[in-house]
Amino acid sequence: MQEGSSDLTSFPHRHLLGIEGLSPDQITVLLDRSEIYVDQNRQVNKKKTLLRGRTIINLFFENSTRTRTSFELAGKRLGGDVINMSVSTSSIKKGETLIDTAMTLNAMHPDVLIVRHPHSGAVKLLSEKVNCAVINAGDGSHEHPTQALLDALTIRRRRGTLQGLEVAICGDITHSRVARSNIHLLLTMGARVRLIAPATLLPTDIARLGVEVFHDMASGLENCDIVMMLRLQQERMQGGFFPSIREYFTFFGLDYTKLANAKADALIMHPGPMNRGVEIDAEVADDFGRSVIREQVEMGVAVRMACLEVLTENLGQTMLRNT
Amino acid sequence: MSVKDDIPVRTAYINARIIDPSSNTDTPGSVLTDGERIIDVGPRIFNEGPPTGTKVIDCKGACLAPGLVDIRVQSGEPGQEHKETLATLGRAAVSGGITSMVCLPNTDPVIDDMSTLEFIARRARLHGLAKVYCYGAITKGLKGSVLAEMGLLADSGAVAFTDGLKSLADAQVMRRALDYASTFDFLIVQHAEEPDLANGGMMNAGETATRLGLAGIPPLAEVIMVERDIRLAEMTGGRLHFAHLSTAEAISAVRKAKASGLRITCDTAPPYFALNELAVGDYRTFAKLSPPLRAEIDRQAVITGLLDGTIDAIASDHTPEDEESKRLPFSEAAFGGTGLETLLSVTLELVHNKHMELSKAIGLVTHKPAQLMGLKGGKLLPNEPADLIIFDPEIGWKVTEQSLHSKSKNSPFDGRPVQGQVQRTVIDGRTLFVHER
Repeated sequence: MQEGSSDLTSFPHRHLLGIEGLSPDQITVLLDRSEIYVDQNRQVNKKKTLLRGRTIINLFFENSTRTRTSFELAGKRLGGDVINMSVSTSSIKKGETLIDTAMTLNAMHPDVLIVRHPHSGAVKLLSEKVNCAVINAGDGSHEHPTQALLDALTIRRRRGTLQGLEVAICGDITHSRVARSNIHLLLTMGARVRLIAPATLLPTDIARLGVEVFHDMASGLENCDIVMMLRLQQERMQGGFFPSIREYFTFFGLDYTKLANAKADALIMHPGPMNRGVEIDAEVADDFGRSVIREQVEMGVAVRMACLEVLTENLGQTMLRNT
Repeated sequence: MSVKDDIPVRTAYINARIIDPSSNTDTPGSVLTDGERIIDVGPRIFNEGPPTGTKVIDCKGACLAPGLVDIRVQSGEPGQEHKETLATLGRAAVSGGITSMVCLPNTDPVIDDMSTLEFIARRARLHGLAKVYCYGAITKGLKGSVLAEMGLLADSGAVAFTDGLKSLADAQVMRRALDYASTFDFLIVQHAEEPDLANGGMMNAGETATRLGLAGIPPLAEVIMVERDIRLAEMTGGRLHFAHLSTAEAISAVRKAKASGLRITCDTAPPYFALNELAVGDYRTFAKLSPPLRAEIDRQAVITGLLDGTIDAIASDHTPEDEESKRLPFSEAAFGGTGLETLLSVTLELVHNKHMELSKAIGLVTHKPAQLMGLKGGKLLPNEPADLIIFDPEIGWKVTEQSLHSKSKNSPFDGRPVQGQVQRTVIDGRTLFVHER
């Protein structure tokens, strides 16, 4: 398969390290395949045998419950063998370098490594040292491609298309890999993206990615189709980026007053885990008609199954080339 | 003193020399106010004589100008009521022709919280004297590390943000403060002084300090901070104002920053264009100020900055200190001087010394500072608040302990003969001060 191929059924990359650089067709392939799994996951028998004999390692250098579980379920439902490795049980604590860990795992012939790491770029570094496929499950403040894909799938199923939608991403953009992956994906698929945050939570020159920047919720949310809230990642903050939770919620927390500026049927999204009363009002988060936060979680499993499927398909060909 | 419930009567101020720098007006004429507002201003508004039922005040040729707007005032209340209360502060202000003032957050408790801000606003309203506005602190407790709740403070009335007498020294915190403030387009006000360079200093570093054997504060302490903050403002796009600049080089840095289009402004205080380091003389603690009185070349640069517009406004930098804080060896005495009651007269020295026209000088203490802080007032135009003063620019008087209303008497101009006397101060249409002959 050639890079930039217009084949509408396959995905021409060995790894899924990020959204940046993917073409609209490649994103569409992943979303189309995910659709099938959404239906399958709603059946009583959710299990397939597509990945029988394949070994998938969830390698998480950062705490995670939902993403790790989602990948684990995705792998198991496709019939693969899934192993979870987290930093507390690994030899990283004993001083092994990232590359040594990669080499060690590689020697065990896994087929897919799903990696989360607190440092931007670490997953790519690791991918360069292994023979298997690597899925980035979040690297520092860089990318979280499956989150952007599941967000896109959620929107596409509700709105039919991403093209032409006005999407507002609100909150801690600086520390968010979810924001970066979503910006790339939404822009690639023809949506318009606005970022709403205090200036301290917006990284330098972010507007050059092609987004519109707002500092107040009222004007930023005006006429929006989609409102994506981000979690305040206080664990990543060194020094004060804002004065207090109380002030943050007053000006940037999503409540019904601020939401009134968006379109009446605007969807509310959040990658989780939510901090109620910090970035989002509990009532809004639980709004049955408009909040699709739980649907996002459901789409997550389907999207990850699709990613595992396309990458292992490619793997067969890669391994042939290597031997 | 109590809350004024009365509605001020329709009043005509006639036979005045009307000075309104905001509209470049300097003309004989009259002003008509009704209730708390100005209704009309001009040379010919009473061609047919003042309308009946109107109270008439004959200015007898004296100047009628907008009330002064003083953007740097230290209140002793809450926390230091023995130095100044909001009542004595208000009386000193109106006797100095000041109708609006902005108080620093260096109170005890610090104005880093909505409740302190609202306490001061409520107390000031109760006295019904000069209008009191407040700065909010940039950092909690003025400690220079954690940002204060600027958004909520502004919602409660904070007009801008500053750590007051303290320089915000940590570059990362200053960057975040400018960045965060730019979110709401708030103004950050910096007391520009590199604290490590100034540490231990008592007066301007130089020959005089050397002769007196006092540790010096190098002019560079101000320059370095100004230059650093200009860079940070450039990076963040934040609005930055330097308070009481005192050195030639800092002023030229601001001049350059303004020319390159940055949103930088600054003010100075009367001591920095009317006095120099020689005023310290024989260890006069009333001349111990922060920033310190500088060299003659700096004083002249301040005047040049005022003339060419580099310096946007003049503020009194009123810092009341009691006798126990000033009647001490120079090194142990507190920094700061009072200024509310000398702001007008000393500013008028710029006119008497032929540096500038009266209207320009009045602009520097009225509509220019009001504009900087986004305050109402400072203009003699219809529908503006009826905040005005009547003064005679020529009448001389001497600054003495007895002539001052402030609770503290530490004026750096103590003993100085000055010219220009406030005869009447009107706020929201109510006469709150009349000079007694």
